[in-house]
Amino acid sequence: MEEIIPDKRIDIRGLKCPYTFVRSKLAIEQMNTGEVLEVLLNYPEASVSIPKSMQDHGQRVLSVDKINDTDWIILIRKERD
Amino acid sequence: MEFNGGQFTDDQIIRYSRHIILPEVGGKGQAMIASAKVFLIGAGGLGCPISYYLTAAGVGRIAIVDDDVVDLSNLQRQILHSTKTVGMPKVESAKAVLNALNPDVEIIAIKDRLTPQNILGFIKDYDIVIDGSDNFPTRYLVNDACVLANKPLSSGAVLRFEGQVTTIIPGEGHCYRCLFEEMPPEGLVPSCQEGGVLGVLPGIIGTLQAMEVLKLILGKGDVLKNTLLIYDALRTNFRKVRVPKNLDCPVCGENPTITALCSSYEANYCSA
Repeated sequence: MEEIIPDKRIDIRGLKCPYTFVRSKLAIEQMNTGEVLEVLLNYPEASVSIPKSMQDHGQRVLSVDKINDTDWIILIRKERD
Repeated sequence: MEFNGGQFTDDQIIRYSRHIILPEVGGKGQAMIASAKVFLIGAGGLGCPISYYLTAAGVGRIAIVDDDVVDLSNLQRQILHSTKTVGMPKVESAKAVLNALNPDVEIIAIKDRLTPQNILGFIKDYDIVIDGSDNFPTRYLVNDACVLANKPLSSGAVLRFEGQVTTIIPGEGHCYRCLFEEMPPEGLVPSCQEGGVLGVLPGIIGTLQAMEVLKLILGKGDVLKNTLLIYDALRTNFRKVRVPKNLDCPVCGENPTITALCSSYEANYCSA
């Protein structure tokens, strides 16, 4: 499978909900449609809530991966403003 | 409020997080709120909740004009003022509370009486005008000034158990004179002083006005254009009345007779 290179990365480890989503949303707002945002986080609930909220807002969640004991990486493609 | 090209401070992200989460607002909408400038007439029953919520929302600049001082009889409804500020100018009493609530917002306190001579100079640098006044001469003055200066206007009024709200967009919808062409004769409509008002009522009408203003800033939803919303508190009834633009309106009609502000609005006729 082709590797996706994110256009922007944010590290929100240490943040809890709802600021995990607020930060992710502010980041994606400043990107262009079609670009991919990588979110690195360690708040377990956000690994579920960020993908759900992003989809509710019309963005496409490409992947949610647990990369070690504590952290997740979520890739989101911006579909709309 | 500084945004550094769309970047908020950490505190601002926390303060406005419940706005930013909304799809209709987001960071971009919050930045629009932060760059908005509104001009509020009155720091009384309507002006207090209006300015309180707009300050909480992070509106960039709020000017408040009022020439009155706080009276003990105001405190049953004018929630920015307090027992300790009785005797203080209302705009100063309000400013202290608003500054404490949100230092991001620039509050301009103007202790002055609004007149046909000063209103256009006051409102020219503002995006939206909000009428929270308690008398007909001011309401007609503000309406005419907003039509002539092409400024959106949120207008509210309360008496006893009934309130009214409407949003005037000059050039697009009705104005106050389309609804009521001339002021009622003095003494026909009782003032709050004579008629009384249940203290919560201006809170409801004022917060409806604040909501209209935020929607105007964000460009979201439908505002009360060509519509008068009437709230009957005793029966808990909200009624929307359609108000078409009057083509014969003396100020916003096709052949207006009021093309400049009248020299006085104290009389119940225009003495331009």
